[in-house]
Amino acid sequence: MSTKRAYDPIPSTLSKTVVYRASSAAVVATVFILLLVARLFQLQIVEHERYATHAADNRLTTQTIPPPRGLVFDRHGNILASNRIVPSLAVIKENVDDVDTLLMNVRSLVDFSATEESSLRKHLEDADSDAKVIIKRHLNDEQLAIAAVNRHQFGNILVITEILREYPLKELTSHVVGSVRQVTKEDLQQLDPVRYRGTKFVGRRGVEKFYEDVLHGDIGHRQVEVNASGRVLSQISEQKAKRGGTLTLHLDIELQRVADEALGDRRGAVVAIDPKTGGVLALVSKPSYDPNVFVTGLEGKEFDRLSTRADAPLFNRATQGKYPPGSTIKPVLGMAGLAAGVIDWELEFEDPKGEFQLPGNTYIYRDWNWSKNGTGGQGQVDLFRSIYRSSNIYYFHLGAVVDIDTFATFLGQWGYGRNTSLDIQDADVGILPSTTWKKENKDDSWYPGDSMNFVIGQGFTLVTPLQLATIATIFANRGKWVRPRLLLSSERPVDLGQNFPPVQGVAESDWERMIEALTAVVHRGHKGYLQNGLAWFHIGMDIPYQMAGKSGTAQVVAIPQGEEYDEELLPEDQRKHALFFGFAPVHDPVIAVATVIENGGGGSEFAAPVVRRVIDSFMADIVATSDE
Amino acid sequence: MNEGLGGRSTRAHHHFFSGSYGQTFKFDYVLITLTLLLIAFGLVVLYSALGQNWSGLFNQAIRLFLGLGCLLFASQLRVSTYYRWAPTIYAGTILLLFAVEIFGVSSKGSQRWLDLPGLPSFQPSEFLKISLPLIVGWYLATRNFKLKSFDYLALILIVGLPTGLVFLQPDYGTALILLIGVAVMLFLVGLRLRWFAVGLALVVVSAPIIWNFVFRKYHRERIITLFNPERDPLNAGWNIIQSKTAVGSGGLTGKGLFEGTQSHLDFLPEGHTDFIIAVIGEELGFVWCVALLSCYLLIFSRLMYLSTTATNGFGYVVGTGITVIFFGYVIVNVAMVLGLLPVVGLPLPLVSYGGSSAITTMAAFGVALAVCTHKQDLEK
Repeated sequence: MSTKRAYDPIPSTLSKTVVYRASSAAVVATVFILLLVARLFQLQIVEHERYATHAADNRLTTQTIPPPRGLVFDRHGNILASNRIVPSLAVIKENVDDVDTLLMNVRSLVDFSATEESSLRKHLEDADSDAKVIIKRHLNDEQLAIAAVNRHQFGNILVITEILREYPLKELTSHVVGSVRQVTKEDLQQLDPVRYRGTKFVGRRGVEKFYEDVLHGDIGHRQVEVNASGRVLSQISEQKAKRGGTLTLHLDIELQRVADEALGDRRGAVVAIDPKTGGVLALVSKPSYDPNVFVTGLEGKEFDRLSTRADAPLFNRATQGKYPPGSTIKPVLGMAGLAAGVIDWELEFEDPKGEFQLPGNTYIYRDWNWSKNGTGGQGQVDLFRSIYRSSNIYYFHLGAVVDIDTFATFLGQWGYGRNTSLDIQDADVGILPSTTWKKENKDDSWYPGDSMNFVIGQGFTLVTPLQLATIATIFANRGKWVRPRLLLSSERPVDLGQNFPPVQGVAESDWERMIEALTAVVHRGHKGYLQNGLAWFHIGMDIPYQMAGKSGTAQVVAIPQGEEYDEELLPEDQRKHALFFGFAPVHDPVIAVATVIENGGGGSEFAAPVVRRVIDSFMADIVATSDE
Repeated sequence: MNEGLGGRSTRAHHHFFSGSYGQTFKFDYVLITLTLLLIAFGLVVLYSALGQNWSGLFNQAIRLFLGLGCLLFASQLRVSTYYRWAPTIYAGTILLLFAVEIFGVSSKGSQRWLDLPGLPSFQPSEFLKISLPLIVGWYLATRNFKLKSFDYLALILIVGLPTGLVFLQPDYGTALILLIGVAVMLFLVGLRLRWFAVGLALVVVSAPIIWNFVFRKYHRERIITLFNPERDPLNAGWNIIQSKTAVGSGGLTGKGLFEGTQSHLDFLPEGHTDFIIAVIGEELGFVWCVALLSCYLLIFSRLMYLSTTATNGFGYVVGTGITVIFFGYVIVNVAMVLGLLPVVGLPLPLVSYGGSSAITTMAAFGVALAVCTHKQDLEK
């Protein structure tokens, strides 16, 4: 091979091909460049908007600033629900690569139970990837110090401060104020997702739930520029969060405490209402629970424990407990008879043996005073005496002539079978029977026997303690309605709704006479056998002010024909419920109170003292205030 | 076949440069101007991409200055010098590639760098853009551009050895560009088209085998992700999504120099190296991207033109080879950033931050200038 050959110019046999191919290579290169230009055109011109938006989304993050929840006070400015800043351990979900490693790290910082672990796992699953998930709340000082010192070893664990709801009075106000709970994924499908972005709690019961809109506050926003690792570089704009509105309730914490202590360990409820305003001064349901446990993240375990307890502490007996009204229904029925014009104050019925029979029926309806030996008669009974002696026989006669629908229409005006409260969460309507009601609910007609049970408050009728207190308020106001309400004032405007028109069909003199009769229940004493007011012996002998009231004793089980009620023979949960409502002072009432004590025994003996104790306390306050 | 070479070598020894200095200094003003324009533009963009960091920019300027020196030096050497030294350069590159395989430094899952004492670390695979055209040109010239069956086998071995080593690093992008580059060289030199058909058939047959048995899992995922980057937005698809976002958000005229949010807030990875055209797209827009691509096309055209003016086969083959491989880097890099090809990790020649690429690219330009413009060698 020669040198010359090695340096040959491009062989002539190739040259033509070479030229073609070099030119085609230039064409192909141009086509490639044009393809890239076309792609640039697509990205930068055609789809520019989309990518510009994406770039802005990348760069700008809107952080939400949760508002502090509004505070709740009682009428004297005692705090019922407040906020507390607590240090907590948290983690941002997307920074968790491995939950087990995280748990190991957490356990090296603080004690961490298996319950807390399962709760954390669940929250991690539910959370959005950029959400902060709380690992452990309420670090104490020691835990906080350990966490702060060692946290840097585990970059993803954060020490943050959280605003937590706090109920300083614990069990005392839980059935009024209710509580908040952590917002769950399911909640967010119902709630406004924008408003609740960044808010961790929502009212679950009581005032917290009813006034959620007022208490929640307005969320704030902060637009910040972030880099790819999510670090905030600068703040572009901020709209501050607006604290939730402060609420002041009619509730009087001292009175609430008295009512609570008056019930003691018994199951039951007390509701006290200011008849001038309808403001609820006390609302107690026992047993109660500490609402703070629902805030702190142990909700699952604690809820299970509370909800499976036989005495149902979570159940609000004051607003949802339904009880037969017993004899407390009698004064209302008396008014119904007067309104219907079938009775007057002079009409008397003869009660020789404490027994009543419907025409053509052998079944014997008995007075509470009935006894086997046939000496249970109360003699001549007029309307006035039927009240202070609580005569069943009088009302059997009334029930035999007034049809149930007339009663039902009249009783409807008093709030039976309705929720008349303005702002009490989940208050029950109770039951007011009628022919229609029986048809719909029992698929049967109304029988005269149903009326016999109805007139002594033992039939289908059921009332809540709140309804009973409302009826006391109506008596106190001589028929004028003030619907029960918790709210005294709100920082943000609230529209509660209208009052009802006064009870129709009863003359003013009838109101006064009936109130005299109710006063006799408490104050009529030293009159001899079968002549004293039923509650006089138990509360009326030393009462320093004028009080009106009516007791009721509701049977839980039917007593067989011819048998006497013997409390000793019955298991505790089949004993009678004790009921009483009252108000004072009679001529210018400032307080109306009702109580129900489950399986508590006779209303006059057991329920009346509770009412008196509450009224005593309130009257003492008024006397003390007016003395100053 | 080497006696001719031996005969020339004594003379060539005394004429290491083509003629003496000042007399026949070889230069192509068009290519140099385009290259300088590109470098200047690249430095401005790089200043932004580096977050207005002067020391980084200074480093790169030094490298580019060195590269320019290499260009000028390489362009003054005789064709015969390259012809004579081609096998040695090739052997040296192979040696370095073996060294990478054994002592190389790993970064981001592949072993591409060599960190020799006393030298800045560099990527030996970058030398292949010079040594591979040289060896192919040399071999073809020694065969007088008439290939027999044995020659194909020899060529496959000559090309296969270094590309195989690059492939193993793994640097699939570079390996692919080199293979296609050699194929285009052979096409340009007039290889019969049926051989390409045979090659294509081989690729089609071997592709599934390579996919299943040669590719590693992460690489298969890279390719799958290319076609559906949203599949894994935080990991594999992140680069592509963010680079497309950067480019797309730039629009017609861009957000302004230093104003790119994608690059300056770290959303865009490798903004100053492999993804620098995304910074250009974001900050300067469509207009300047097109200008940049046009500049590359002009350089390509100029180099191709110069190659066709070479008066010997060796010069033509080496010149076109260097041109095609250079252009391959440009196309693959830009297509990668724009989401048309998988993210394979290649720099944009003369603009991306980095020494090996800048210096070897300019040295390659110098070699191309030398082998295509030194006509006196042909008259021997």
